[in-house]
Amino acid sequence: MNQQELQNLRSMIVAHKRWDYLFGVLGILALMLGLMTFVALFSDMAVNGLARINVEFLTSFPSRRAANAGILSAWVGSVLVMVVTAFAAVPLGVAAGVYLEEYAPKNWVTDIIEINVSNLAGVPSIIYGLLALGLFVYTFGLGQSILTAGLTLALLILPVVIVATREAIRGIPQIIREGAYACGATTWQVVSDHIVPYASAGILTGVIIGMARAIGETAPIITVGALTFIAFLPTAPFTGEPPAGLFDWLFAPFTVMPIQMFNWTSRPEAAFLNNAAAAGFILVLMTLTMNGLAIWLRYRLRKNIKW
Amino acid sequence: MSEPSDRLKKDLTRHFKERVIEAVLFLAAFVSVFTTTAIVYILVSESWVFFQHVPLTDFLFDTQWTPLFDDAHYGIMVLLSGTITSSAVAVLVAIPLGTLIAIYLSEFAPFSVREVAKPFLELLGGIPTIIYGYFALLFLTPLLQKIYPDLPGFNLLSAGIVMGIMIIPYVASLSEDAMRAVPMALREGSYATGATRLQTALRVVVPSAISGIASAYILGISRAVGETMILAVAGGMQPNLTFNPAQPGATITSFIVQVALGDLPHGSIGYQTIFAAGLMLMLLTLVFNLIGFYMRKKYREAY
Repeated sequence: MNQQELQNLRSMIVAHKRWDYLFGVLGILALMLGLMTFVALFSDMAVNGLARINVEFLTSFPSRRAANAGILSAWVGSVLVMVVTAFAAVPLGVAAGVYLEEYAPKNWVTDIIEINVSNLAGVPSIIYGLLALGLFVYTFGLGQSILTAGLTLALLILPVVIVATREAIRGIPQIIREGAYACGATTWQVVSDHIVPYASAGILTGVIIGMARAIGETAPIITVGALTFIAFLPTAPFTGEPPAGLFDWLFAPFTVMPIQMFNWTSRPEAAFLNNAAAAGFILVLMTLTMNGLAIWLRYRLRKNIKW
Repeated sequence: MSEPSDRLKKDLTRHFKERVIEAVLFLAAFVSVFTTTAIVYILVSESWVFFQHVPLTDFLFDTQWTPLFDDAHYGIMVLLSGTITSSAVAVLVAIPLGTLIAIYLSEFAPFSVREVAKPFLELLGGIPTIIYGYFALLFLTPLLQKIYPDLPGFNLLSAGIVMGIMIIPYVASLSEDAMRAVPMALREGSYATGATRLQTALRVVVPSAISGIASAYILGISRAVGETMILAVAGGMQPNLTFNPAQPGATITSFIVQVALGDLPHGSIGYQTIFAAGLMLMLLTLVFNLIGFYMRKKYREAY
C-alpha cells in the first residue's frame, strides 16, 4: 500500500467519522425540538393562564363574564366521569387480560378476540363517540349523562388496560404457576392468589396511563353531547333518596375539563382565552402528574423485582 | 390397592365454580368483540338510512359539502381533502423527525440520555389533544403569520404541524422498538468490518427493521387521519375543497364535532351525515391499521 492510497483511506475514515458525528448532533437537535415544543406549550399556558388560577377559579361556575368564570362544574364533572370509567374499565380490562393470558385456549375464538383488542386500540376516539351516541344514548336510553360518558371512555381505554395486564402477567415466571399447581391449586386459585397480586403494580401502571388518556379526551365526550355551559353541580353521589336516588348523579348532565377549555378557546375575547389557558394548565398538570406517576412506578418495578 | 382418600375425589362444586369463573372472564374478554360489532352495526345501520336519501355517487363525487344548508350537497371529497392535506403536513413533520429520534435513541444515545428521553417522549405523547389544539391556534399560527402574513387565523398548516409533533413520540417509540429488536450480532458484524455507527444504522439496522419501521409510519398516519380536536380548534371547520395547507378547511373528524356541538334532532338527515362520515373514517383507519398490523407481524417473524 503506497502513501497515496493510505492518504485516501485516512481522509475517507475522517469523512465517515464526521458524518457520524453530524448525525449524532442532528439526533440531539431533533430531541431538543420536542423539548422546546414542550417548554413553549407549557410556558405559553403558564404566562397567559397562571394569573387566573386561584381558589375562586376552582370554585366558580362558568359565566358570561370571563373574570367571574371558573371551572367548578368542569372539574367535578371530570372527577365523576373518571370514577365511572375506572369502575367499568379496570375490572373488565383486568378480567379480559387474565383470560387471554391464563385461560384462553389456542383457537380461532381467541385469535378473533386478540385481533379485536389490537384493532380497537387504533380506532379513532371520535368513532367511540359515535358508538356511544348510537348505542348508549339512543338504544340503551342512558341519555347524555355522566354514566354514558364514563362508559364511553371506559371502552376507549379498555385496550390500554388489557395490554398492560397481559404484559404484567407475562413477566411472571412459569415456576410460580407450577409451584401453585403442584400444591393442588385450581386455575382460579393460582390467578387470584398469585398472578393478579404479583402483576398488580404493572396493571396499576397501565390503569393510570389509561386514566390520564381518558381525562384529556374531548372528541368522544362532545359527540355524546356533553353541554358546554353548566352552572350547577350534579347531586352529590350517594346522597339522594335510597334506593333509586343513590344513583341520580349518574344520569345528570355534565361538562368536563377539556370541553370547558374547548368552549373558551373558541371564543374571540382575549379574556376567555386566558381562562382557556388556565384550564389547560391545570389539565396538563393533571395528565403529566398521572403519566409521571405511572412512569416512576414502572421504573421502580423494573429495578426492584428480581424473580 | 386401597381406595384414594375422600379429599382426592373429584369435587363437583369446585369444578363448577371454576367453570363459572372462566365463563365470566371469557365474557369480559369478549367485550372487545362486542364493541367492534357494535361500532360496525351503529355506523352501517345509520349510514344505511343516510344512503337511502343520498345516492352513493353524489356522496363520492359531488364537489360540495353543505349538509346543513337548504341546498344540501353531500360530497365527502371536500372533507377528505381536508383530512388528506392536514395528515400530509403531519406526516411530513412526524416521519423525518420521528425516524431521526428513533435512530439516535437506538444506535447513538448513551444509556443515560435514553433513560431520560424515552419517558420524556412518553409524557409528550400523553398531553391531551385539546391542549395541542390550543397551542396550534394561539401559539404556532401567530408565529407562522410573522413569516407568512397572508396566513388566515384558522388554517390546516399549523394544525398539521402540531399534529405531526403530537405523533412524533408514537412514530419514534414504535420505530425504536423495531430497531432494538434487530439482533446485536448484525451490528457487531458491521462494526467488525470497520463501519461507523451511522453506516451501521443506515445500512444494517434500518434495512433489517424496515417492516417494523414502515408499520410505525402507517400507524402514525392512521393516528393523524383520526385526530379530531387539533383540527376542530385550529383548522377552521369550513368545508373547503383544497389541497393547499395555508387555507382553512374541515376534516371528517372536525365535521363530526361541529355537528355534535349543534342541536340536531335524532333521526334527521343532518344527524345521519355524521355516521356516514364516521363510516368513511372508520374504513380509512381500518385499512391503515390492517396494513400496519400485517407488517408488524411480518417483522416479528423475521428473528
